Amino acid sequence: MTENQKQEKQKFRLKDLFNRPSKPYANPYLGGVLLGMVLFTSYFITGNGLGASGGLSRIAAFVEDLIAPGHINQVPYLINLAGGQRNPLDNWIVIVTAGVLIGGFTSGVIHGRTKFETHKGPNISNQTRWLFAFLGGICFTYGARLARGCTSGQALSGGATLSAGSWVVMFSIFGGAYALAYFVRRLWN
Amino acid sequence: MIPFPLHLESLLSKPLTYLIFLLIGFLFGYVLEISGFNHSPSLASQFYFKDLRVFKVFFTAIVVGMLLLFLSSAVGLLDYNLIWVNPTYLWSGIVGGLIMGVGFILGGFCPGTSLVALATLKIDGIFFVLGGLVGVFIFGETVDLYKFFFNGSYYGRLTLMDVFNLRTGIVVILVTLMAVFMLWGGEQLEKIYGKKDPKKAPKARYYGAGVLVIVAIIIAVIGQPTTADRWEKLALVRGDDLTNREIYIHPGELLDTFHDHKLNLVMIDVRSEADYNLFHLLDAENITPEEIPESIDSFIAMPANTVFVVMSNDEATSTEVWKTLTAQAVPNVYVLSGGINQWLDTFATPYEEGVCGDMIEAGVEELHYEFDAALGSNCPAAYPDHDKYHLEYEKKIELDLKRAPVGGGCG
Repeated sequence: MTENQKQEKQKFRLKDLFNRPSKPYANPYLGGVLLGMVLFTSYFITGNGLGASGGLSRIAAFVEDLIAPGHINQVPYLINLAGGQRNPLDNWIVIVTAGVLIGGFTSGVIHGRTKFETHKGPNISNQTRWLFAFLGGICFTYGARLARGCTSGQALSGGATLSAGSWVVMFSIFGGAYALAYFVRRLWN
Repeated sequence: MIPFPLHLESLLSKPLTYLIFLLIGFLFGYVLEISGFNHSPSLASQFYFKDLRVFKVFFTAIVVGMLLLFLSSAVGLLDYNLIWVNPTYLWSGIVGGLIMGVGFILGGFCPGTSLVALATLKIDGIFFVLGGLVGVFIFGETVDLYKFFFNGSYYGRLTLMDVFNLRTGIVVILVTLMAVFMLWGGEQLEKIYGKKDPKKAPKARYYGAGVLVIVAIIIAVIGQPTTADRWEKLALVRGDDLTNREIYIHPGELLDTFHDHKLNLVMIDVRSEADYNLFHLLDAENITPEEIPESIDSFIAMPANTVFVVMSNDEATSTEVWKTLTAQAVPNVYVLSGGINQWLDTFATPYEEGVCGDMIEAGVEELHYEFDAALGSNCPAAYPDHDKYHLEYEKKIELDLKRAPVGGGCG
């Protein structure tokens, strides 16, 4: 630790944590190698890959259970997650999701990238960006439930284990996005 | 025995198991963040060939993960049969994938990246996650409208090796070469559409690509362990069970197991179809030794209380099948002691004796009874009356609850 950093630490204020100078992202190939190693570690130790949409659906089931507890027991898909006395959050994938949030937050703080902001294309307003992010979120998890996994659970994890279905899902995701990209180019360019 | 993956539930307490998953999630989130996956314009601009950062991270990760997995499997550290391989549902996968693509380009995230964006306080990420929760809700409400489509075109644990009928090592090499080619092509596209100079990127990436290809070739040269290799390793642990006849269950124990509703009994009759048609136990499945390898994935995926009992006319064939199944990591496999012949010796009723005529002289692994008609399971000995028989035997079945993962990251 240099002298400079020590001084910074003495005058620690929470606000400073979120106002550090942003550092650039890692080299993409380095990021890829590290991500591949994390994926391998997960399979090697637990037999399971990585996932994100599974955690989201359990959180959604949990929220639904709070709002309309009786309803859960009438929807077959939700019964599996939260029917009867089942706690939808008592599952390894939810724990992984919590880890993702903590890990992302930690790295963001360390590298000065945890701050309230909206990333968007140059030609749209923040509100438009938020609306489309919301709509995109709806589509993405709907598709992820239908395909039984998202970019993490299917494309990345299934891709590395050479699951045939996962490669089909992967090409479908990229195919869908490339096919529509031209028509919504104003969002991003 | 192949040591990995670990069976965490039996090794550690639940909090410690969850701690491991928390750490894995932490690393996952950390790496996604340093790779720039919380920056939606980067995610979106890959679809305009301007900045292929995300595409590069993604395909590099798949190849590195794949190579490490199959290398550790080749050297006998990791059991590929016991890791979760997403089952294939062809059409729901295609349609779901296309819908995800729409969500990707509209929203600028995927679920994992949106979580990291939320964690780093990106407001667009927060909206995406909220939309994501709504998407799950809508799915739960609508999936019943097309559940046949959702559950249809199911192919089980289907790998690229199965589809192209190629050895694992060859598929690994082809995927690696394809990924390297796509990454190279991606850089060319970036040069044209994104005005990026690939010469500015570190040279080390060429060496990296070389290392990936070499590792893929090494994996192909070593090859994946065969059933014989697997048995050789397992013989140290299970060989004694075989010599001490710990795996052979008495007909009486099998009869009692029929009536044990805590167990899910799967009987595998490995005789010829002709013998099977003459006589077989009620609900026994006829799977010849040649067909056994195709069933292994579905056996592994069965519920934790499943007990497999293999039977042939005597014991020789069934013991070989037991070795195959056990070596391929199917848990709780037993052999019917003395086979169908001893079963008939024990349970043949006057009805069968009348139909079968006398016992006949027969060779090893041949049926010792002569049937005049193909009875199948239409006679009392196929499902003996439990109350009539009180047989003395040494109990052998013990449930080993060590199981492969029964769900991936998508539950």
